Order: sequence, then C-alpha cells, then structure tokens
Amino acid sequence: MSAAKSQTEKHPLDTDSPRFSIKKPKVRYDKQGDMPDDQRVATAMRHFVRDFGATAAVYMESCIHCGLCAEACHYYVQTADPKYTPIWKLEPFKQAYKREYGPFSFFYRALNLKSPVTVGELQEWQELIYDSCTLCGRCTMVCPMGIDIATLVGQARHGMFQAGLVPHELWAVAERAEKEGSPLGATPKVFKDRIEWLADDHEVDIPVDEDQADIMISMSSIEIMKYPESIVATAKVLNKLGAKWTIRLDGYEATNFGMLSGNTAWQKDMSMKLINAAIACKAKILILPECGHAYGALRWQGANIYGKPLPFRVMHISEFLAENLKNGKLQVKKVDKSITFHDPCQVSRRGGATQAPRDVLDTLGVELREMKDTGALNWCCGGGGGVVTIHRADDLRYKVFQIKMKQVDDTAAEMLVTSCSNCRQTFDDGQAHFKWDKTANSLLELVADNLVD
Amino acid sequence: MDLLDFARGPALQWSLYILVIGVAWRLIGVLLLRRKADHSEPRSTATARGALFTIWRRMWPRKEFQARTVYGQTVGYVFHIGLALVVFGFVPHILFIKDLTGLSWPGLPSNVVYLIGVVTLAALILALVRRMTHPVLRLLSNFDDYFSWIVTTLPVLTGLLAVAHLGARYETLLAIHILSVELLFVWFPFGKLMHAILFAFSRGSTGALFARRGAST
Repeated sequence: MSAAKSQTEKHPLDTDSPRFSIKKPKVRYDKQGDMPDDQRVATAMRHFVRDFGATAAVYMESCIHCGLCAEACHYYVQTADPKYTPIWKLEPFKQAYKREYGPFSFFYRALNLKSPVTVGELQEWQELIYDSCTLCGRCTMVCPMGIDIATLVGQARHGMFQAGLVPHELWAVAERAEKEGSPLGATPKVFKDRIEWLADDHEVDIPVDEDQADIMISMSSIEIMKYPESIVATAKVLNKLGAKWTIRLDGYEATNFGMLSGNTAWQKDMSMKLINAAIACKAKILILPECGHAYGALRWQGANIYGKPLPFRVMHISEFLAENLKNGKLQVKKVDKSITFHDPCQVSRRGGATQAPRDVLDTLGVELREMKDTGALNWCCGGGGGVVTIHRADDLRYKVFQIKMKQVDDTAAEMLVTSCSNCRQTFDDGQAHFKWDKTANSLLELVADNLVD
Repeated sequence: MDLLDFARGPALQWSLYILVIGVAWRLIGVLLLRRKADHSEPRSTATARGALFTIWRRMWPRKEFQARTVYGQTVGYVFHIGLALVVFGFVPHILFIKDLTGLSWPGLPSNVVYLIGVVTLAALILALVRRMTHPVLRLLSNFDDYFSWIVTTLPVLTGLLAVAHLGARYETLLAIHILSVELLFVWFPFGKLMHAILFAFSRGSTGALFARRGAST
C-alpha cells in the first residue's frame, strides 16, 4: 500500500464542505502512540521547555493573574467561561515550569508547593491549547506585563505533540502534510495537473520547475484545492510585471501544519522544502501566498530554522503587491466600492505587515471602511492555528465567528476583503452556517481582476 | 531590645538581605538563560526603542479594551498610584529612605497622605473582593495572589493605625508597621510582587520582538 493511499484511507479528506479538513472521524483518536502516562507528562514538559530561553522564562515569571487577557480573547468574550482565559490555557505548563525549571524550583519541590502535572490534566487542556486558541495573539496586546501568550501556547503545543496529545484531525492533516507534501491532498502531481488545467483554461503562462528565476512563488493547499483562481491571479500579476518567476514542485506548499500541530521536526521539514527550492532556482524573492500562518512560519521563523539569514527576501503577496503598486510597476483600474478589510492575525498583528494591504486598497481607490477594532487589534476569524480543521471545535468556532460577522456588518461596506485563504474558508463556512450575506474576497484576486491592460 | 528596636535593627537588616539576594537570584535565574540569535531579516532594527516604547505604552489602557476592563483597571490604577504616593510622599518614609540610602526629596502634607492611604486601602479591598468574586480571577488565583495582597495591604493598614494611634501604643504600632513592611520585603522576591521589576523585562522583550517585525504593541 502506498503512503498516499494509506493516508487517504486512514483519514479521508472532506473537500465538499465550505471548509476543508479530513472527514469527521467516527471514532476520535485524540491520544497518539502508546507511551505510558507518566512518560507522556515528562515528554510534554521536556519539549515545552526545550526551546525555552530567557524571554519565555521572563514571561512565565511575570504573570500577575490580573485576568485582563480573558477580555481580549474571543473565546472568553463569547462564552464567559473562565477556562478560556488565555493564560489559564498554560496552567499545567506554568505549574511544571515553577516546579521543575524556575529559579525557585527547589522550594516548590521541597515544600511540594506545586503538585506534579498529570496526564489527565494535559488531556483536559488539549481543548484549551488547540480547539480554543487560534494563536491570534490578541491577548498579547492587552497583557499589562506584555507577556506574549500566543508564543507560549505555541510552545505548549510542542510538548503536547511529542506527548501524543494532539486533536485527531490536526494530527491527521499534519501527518498527511509531512508524508504527502500537503495537508489537503495537493500533492505535486495534483498541483501539476491543476496548473496545467488553469494555464489552459485561463490562457495564462505558469512557469513550473524553472532552474533559474528571480521570484519563486508558494501556494497554500487551501488555494490549490479550494481557490485555484489565486494561482491564476498570481500568474497574471507576475506576468504583467514581466518577472522571471517559477513554481517549483519540490517546494510549493506554504502551509505548515508541523508548526500548527506542534511538531518542530515536521515544521523544519516543511520550511526546508521551500527554502531549498528557492535556493535551487536562485530566487531573489520568495513570495508567500494569501495564508496567515505561512507568513509567520517562513518570514519570521524560516531563517532560524535554516540557521542563518536566508539568501532571498521573503514577502507576503500583499507586501509584494503594495511595493509594485506604489512604485508604479503595476497599474490598476479604480474600484468604485466601499470595502472593509479583515487583517489575518499572523500577517498583521503578529507579522507587522498591517499597512501593505491598506496601501493596495488605497491604490485601487476604494473607500476603505475600517472595522471598529482593526489592524493590530483586529478580532480573529476563529479559524487560525489549525482550529478550522477540528470538527469538535465547530460550535465554539461559530460562536467566536459572530464577533467577526458583527464587525463586518457594522461597517456596512459593500465588499469584504482579506489576504488569507484560511480566513476565507473560515468565512465561507461561517457564511454557510449562519446563512450570512457576506463573502470574504481575496485581495490578490481583486488586484488581478483590475490590472490595467 | 524592644519590638521597635528589633523592627528597626536586625529585622530590617535581614529582610533587606533576603529582598536583595532573592531578587538577584530570581532575575539572574531567568535572564542568564540562553537567548537564541534571530536570523530573520528585520523590518526594523530599532528594537531598543521598541522595548522602551512598549514598557511605557503598557502603562496606559487601550481604547479597544476599555469597555471590558475599565473597572479592574481603575481599581488597579488607584491602588498603584496610592501606594507610590504614600510610600514616596510621606515625610517619615522619606526620612527612613534617607537613612538607608542618603536620598531625599520634598514630601506631601501629612493630611493629604492620610487621605490617600484611606483611598488606597479601599481600592485594595475592592481589588480583593473582585479577585474573590470574578470568575476569571477566582480561577486564576492561588496562594501567591492572596498572600501578596495581605503583605501589600498590611503596611497600609498598620500605617494608618499608627498615625491614628489606634489599638496600641504608638511605638508598638510603629514597630508592627515596620515589621509588616519587612514581611513584604521578604515575600517580594518569591511571589508576584516581583512584577514591580519583571514588568520592564517582560514588556521590553515583547516590545523588541514586535519592533523587529514592524508590528505594533
């Protein structure tokens, strides 16, 4: 049985619903492997602190239990359930840190001030670390101590993965991504077929596997499988610029479910594919697609995974568009519409590329109607951090999506635009669930559709 | 040696030793951990400015969070500012600090400080009530939160009793007041009171990291 077939049989994909994931499992396996329980706890804690440096330790020491982070978190705001308080999501890890690693750990152990963490607690916390945290980092913005809680939850996921305590679907898509090169079945063969079909259908050149190119583009599986127009739009823009560009089948998948699930080795594998492919074609720029976490994974973590500065620039597609619209190399027709923009958390709040999409919209001449809380303080769509893949998290996700719907509706804008395909599918799913009249559109496609001939 | 001599002598000395050594131990314990080099291409190199900006910025509430946080934050502001004014504005405290460090500055009128002391005590009580009744705070709170509240509130309470000459001889009240402050010194390095120092490192770390990415904090 081939690896691909085994993945499909084990975890069949659901590509008929508005959001892509694996099919809802009949029996859930939220505990992987057969490690004894005490070993799971030890492993979780070891991997949690493995990358612990001074910064994370300062964070762990600084919490004053003021509870303000709850007020910034869409899960707490929508449910009023205190367990969704962001810093509480780290409680077992805080406990273990104080008992085992902190500067006064000897007191805590000698006087038994913090009891050892149990596997039961970790299993209970799985929902808090995965289902109810999109790693959006809004809590980081309110914390009076400036604790970057989202980063700590990401580190807690490292521990949870190694302990085999990952939600069924997230583990399955991460494993699929590692084995097949894509979490959603966009294998090199599927991708190649799609490119050929799109190039034919849209009469657009899409160069593949060039040995030398100035620009290498990457794509998100969600785009390849659900929004393939993104590929066409990217090609139209790059061809318009007369750029020497390519797609490489040895490195195209921008999503990084290794990172989202907490497997650092898989995260590295996934990032290195892109890095090696860009190096192989001597790219000067690697463009990341409309995908939020892909930006964090490569723009801010890629070089650290590589171990030295990357020999090429890494840009989100919105930054690339903004740069080329501002310098006049790309020209667009005016769009006579009122538009509101949804900031993808990982690109904007956590990635710093908040202005770029606004510059793009400005060049398009639209009437930009900002949501009440916007930019770095934007509310997450609820689908980030891998949450959108988890079926049991759906009800909760719909609850937090209501904040987003209200934000968008309050602007009364004619059109909603974003620059993340994962946000888009979360909006699609929310739209279908609530029979809402708004659709999230792609910023890239808006530009591509309005290029001056 | 009477109680006041004990409070002013060996108790003060030892509590200060514990304070200084404890703070140094806890700070060194975390700050000397390794810091990984960040190889990503920075959007901005003004990371020190970002750190300082965030240390300053997080002192002030944000409008986006105001509606949901106004009560807790107001209580917090009142007792933090009140404590600072009482500790550094009351003339006898300034003299005490002058004895220890040689530094001094003009004080506030005593009656004003008494009033601030009462308001501070009231805010501390409200903070405790909130901690015991708000579902999030109840869940988060542990021994450290309540004990830190006690060691913070005792000096305010005993100070007010001492100046009002209520409950015992003035010398005894003063001794109890000084001992309560020493209890705070002793507890300071071990619990959350340490945030009075850690806040700068924690905010500064995030400020520097986000500035590098060009993200706002």
